[in-house]
Amino acid sequence: MSRVEVRKTYKLYLGGDFPRSESGRSYEVLKPQGTFLANAVRASRKDVRDAVVAARKAQPNWASATAYNRGQVLYRIAEMMETRRPELASEVAAAEGKRGSDKQIDTAIDTFVWYAGLADKLSQIAGGLNPVAGPYFNLTVPEPTGVVGIVAPESPSLAGVVARIAPALCGGNATVVLASEAHPLPSIALAECLATADVPGGVVNILTGHKDELVPILASHGDVDAIDITGVEDSAIADTEIAAAGNIKRVIRAEGSPSPTEAIAFMEFKTVWHPKGT
Amino acid sequence: MAMTEALSMELVERIGGSVDKVGAEERAAALSKRSIKKDSKLWALDLAVRCIDLTTLEGQDTPGKVRQMASKAIRPDPGDPTIPSVAAVCVYPRLVSVAKEAVKGSSVKVASVATGFPSGQMAADLRVEEIRRAIADGADEIDNVISRGALLAGDEQAIFDEVVVAKEACGDVHLKVIIEAGELATYDRVRRASLIAMAAGADVIKTSTGKISPASTLPFCLVMAEAIRDFQHETGRKVGLKVAGGIRSSKDAIRYLVIVNETLGDDWLDPDMFRIGASSLLNDLLMQIHKQRTGIYADPDRYTQD
Amino acid sequence: MAKWEYSPAPESTDVVDVKSSYDLFIGGTWVAPVSGQYMKTINPATEEVLSDIPVAGEQDVDEAVKAARAASKPWQRLDGSERAKYIFRIARVIQERAREIAVLESMNGGKPIKESRDIDVPLSAAHFFYYAGWADKLQYAFPGMKVKPLGVAAQVIPWNFPLLMLAWKIAPALATGNTVILKPAETTPLTALLFAEICQQIDLPPGVVNIITGAGETGAALVAHPDVNKVAFTGSTEVGRAIQKSIAGSGKRLSLELGGKAANIVFEDAAMDQAIEGVVNGIFFNQGHVCCAGSRLLIQESIAEAFVEKLKRRLGTLRLGDPLDKNTDIGAINSREQLDKIRRLVGIGEQEGAEMYQAPCDIPERGYWFPPTIFTGVSQSHRIAQEEIFGPVLSIMTFRTPEEAVEKANNTPYGLSAGVWTEKGSRILWMADHLKAGVVWANTFNRFDPSSPFGGFKESGFGREGGLHGLEPYVALTP
Repeated sequence: MSRVEVRKTYKLYLGGDFPRSESGRSYEVLKPQGTFLANAVRASRKDVRDAVVAARKAQPNWASATAYNRGQVLYRIAEMMETRRPELASEVAAAEGKRGSDKQIDTAIDTFVWYAGLADKLSQIAGGLNPVAGPYFNLTVPEPTGVVGIVAPESPSLAGVVARIAPALCGGNATVVLASEAHPLPSIALAECLATADVPGGVVNILTGHKDELVPILASHGDVDAIDITGVEDSAIADTEIAAAGNIKRVIRAEGSPSPTEAIAFMEFKTVWHPKGT
Repeated sequence: MAMTEALSMELVERIGGSVDKVGAEERAAALSKRSIKKDSKLWALDLAVRCIDLTTLEGQDTPGKVRQMASKAIRPDPGDPTIPSVAAVCVYPRLVSVAKEAVKGSSVKVASVATGFPSGQMAADLRVEEIRRAIADGADEIDNVISRGALLAGDEQAIFDEVVVAKEACGDVHLKVIIEAGELATYDRVRRASLIAMAAGADVIKTSTGKISPASTLPFCLVMAEAIRDFQHETGRKVGLKVAGGIRSSKDAIRYLVIVNETLGDDWLDPDMFRIGASSLLNDLLMQIHKQRTGIYADPDRYTQD
Repeated sequence: MAKWEYSPAPESTDVVDVKSSYDLFIGGTWVAPVSGQYMKTINPATEEVLSDIPVAGEQDVDEAVKAARAASKPWQRLDGSERAKYIFRIARVIQERAREIAVLESMNGGKPIKESRDIDVPLSAAHFFYYAGWADKLQYAFPGMKVKPLGVAAQVIPWNFPLLMLAWKIAPALATGNTVILKPAETTPLTALLFAEICQQIDLPPGVVNIITGAGETGAALVAHPDVNKVAFTGSTEVGRAIQKSIAGSGKRLSLELGGKAANIVFEDAAMDQAIEGVVNGIFFNQGHVCCAGSRLLIQESIAEAFVEKLKRRLGTLRLGDPLDKNTDIGAINSREQLDKIRRLVGIGEQEGAEMYQAPCDIPERGYWFPPTIFTGVSQSHRIAQEEIFGPVLSIMTFRTPEEAVEKANNTPYGLSAGVWTEKGSRILWMADHLKAGVVWANTFNRFDPSSPFGGFKESGFGREGGLHGLEPYVALTP
């Protein structure tokens, strides 16, 4: 007699918890061949709102943690992902097919390791002393932009979202992530790694659902400081950018492989002056 | 003494305050860029003459030198009766009687340095004795140096007491307290020393002896003027200011006047409240007045070198 | 009447040659606007007309973009070291013609000559000098990255620092190999047009810098032009937002330097006289026409009364009047429109119940003027505590603890600058950490330097001007 497997209910990751949508809605996620894979939560406007609230609440502490500490948390994520590698691999394979899935997991894990090592270098790479013409000490330091909305690319389902979350977290931002709409389940599996990796609740919030419904809400939200439009469809970019202009959001897009530039894109520069005198 | 209640270090603590060096220097530099032209320049030059303590404080000083200087103080430009007398002549104690005799019948006062000028390294009883003798010889004003060493060693009370005693010895004679700003090194201490001197009864606070460098600077003047303003605000008493040392050009003198004008205001634009201790400055002022009135640059040899 | 009235000390206008009318500077030559339209530019201190200024229409904008595009490839191919030399030349000629530029700036904009002479013009020259040196060193600015210019930059600047804002825009753009079309503000075009002459004097290749004049419509047409790769704007948040929307989806790179409502925070242990000067400088510098002006004063409650009293006394020594007079501290308000806006907001401040104090001063009969003004009894919800007035108007509030000061300071959609006054070092650093502002001046205010990045958080914009960081908005980086 074969055993009936216990299937997983995929939920949102919000404020460190795994709630269902307040709306109670879901949508069907399909396998590569087009058959039913699972139901994913179809997050609502209010879920976006709650996620932003959670992110805003969590952000100051995350930003004021030492860079060394943030680096260790990012590294811990990589450790948790490595531990859960079979699970992540099976989620990715289920979503996008077996081919390339292992490589994708490698990339995702290594991306966190890369940014783990960057956290306490960022200020030195991106900041420094400015030689102003006068008796002043003048220092520029990067600081996190704050709450960042991330529209993850549709694929690769796991490495894509990691490539956007990791650089944002590295500098001390909190994130509200809209997962790949077609392949959201690896993002939820990632959330389970995050939840066990010392990432404070609310620092990463992951929503699944329809982008055409959620992106405009995220883009126009007055308490979101920046939006990463890497996963926004070309046809929706103009509208997204118009909505973002409402509160002068920084509009960010992936430029390539891990680099300080990717992390700096999620940061502001603060310059401090002080006279030098006796 | 009736004033003892007002005289206390507690007053210094209450006024307190600190000074940011860069900010103070920038403010002084900004004020030094005021452009004083035409009538306002002439007015300032005239005021500067009236505010001068014409000074000689050299080992070489003789009665003859002092008499010549006194004559110059009374009539700075013998050829021009519109030029006013300076405020005072300033000499060493030994020469006070000579100076007093020489200025007799004029408005020019005699100021004597005292208390171990310029270092202030003199025993307490001798300090008082020196003041008494100078006054007995006819000094109208005493330019008293403080013991900077004590201040730098942290003994503020000693400075305070020293000035109280000096003022007691002076009685109604005007007491100018030289804080020697250049030796105090920081503006915080310049302010502090100014407040201590005022709280202890100084009638005038003075930047420097002129014997060390830096002597008087525009920021010293500014910081001291601000202390005077704050002291007046707290106590209602108006204390005078004297800048001395290294002030040779009319341009510099006007810069000091601008600082006094914009920090302390009208009441200090008066020889009773503001003095410039100088010697060669006077001739430059005379030349500038000539230039301003006639539009023609003057010949330095036209003015007596006393 | 004061004992000692300073005699008028006006800077001579002989050094300035204002033409009765100007053309557009496109492709290295002066061309009459196809639009056929002109507007008058005036001296706000006298309301005298200075000159007729062309209003560039869409076709003129197109010509300017074409000229910049045509110049783009050769300019990019030119060795960085050669580009540098052109930019150095610009710096030198600004220094050579400093007096003329300063006088013209004050005539056209109303700012005190001491500011145009000692701040605007020298800083502009320094900015070109600074960025000239970067032109052949870009690979060191972005180690490990390939650095490419963006192409054609459309730059729109405000009227408060006409030449300095031009320098902030053009210097980094040229150093990184971009060509530019710059539109100066409607009310202050003259120094930008003089700058065009400088470009000719230094033999800058035609089309590398194009100067087109006009009002808002010209600016809108310029940033909307499809062949522009980069848009840089300094001005109000309202217009910045409109620009961000207007170029949405175009792929154009954008940098914005927008409004502010900076808090100047004074603790009880501050060096009082320098704090007073910093507060005065913070809000009355350039008549308060400064995006980073310290327009909100937060004073620790324990010293509030004494501080305000001291401040009022200091206001009494500010000299308002002829911008060309070397002793003027407060010049003319830049335009009738701006004066009306200041008056309106000040009126609202009074209606809302804040207590107004204005320094006693004689207001000249002609021209646009507003006396130094402070409001006490202001609460956080008052409009004068929230909105950018962009004039010599200070709103004063109190606080009790450092946490409260930070909370109040950050309680605004803006985040451009902030000031902190305290003698305690660790408190300065704590405050600097917690203030959401692109520039934090501690125990100083309104200091600028070409090597120091400037720009805002939040709705004060994004992108930096100045320093190494000021290169980034003008380059494409690839790993």
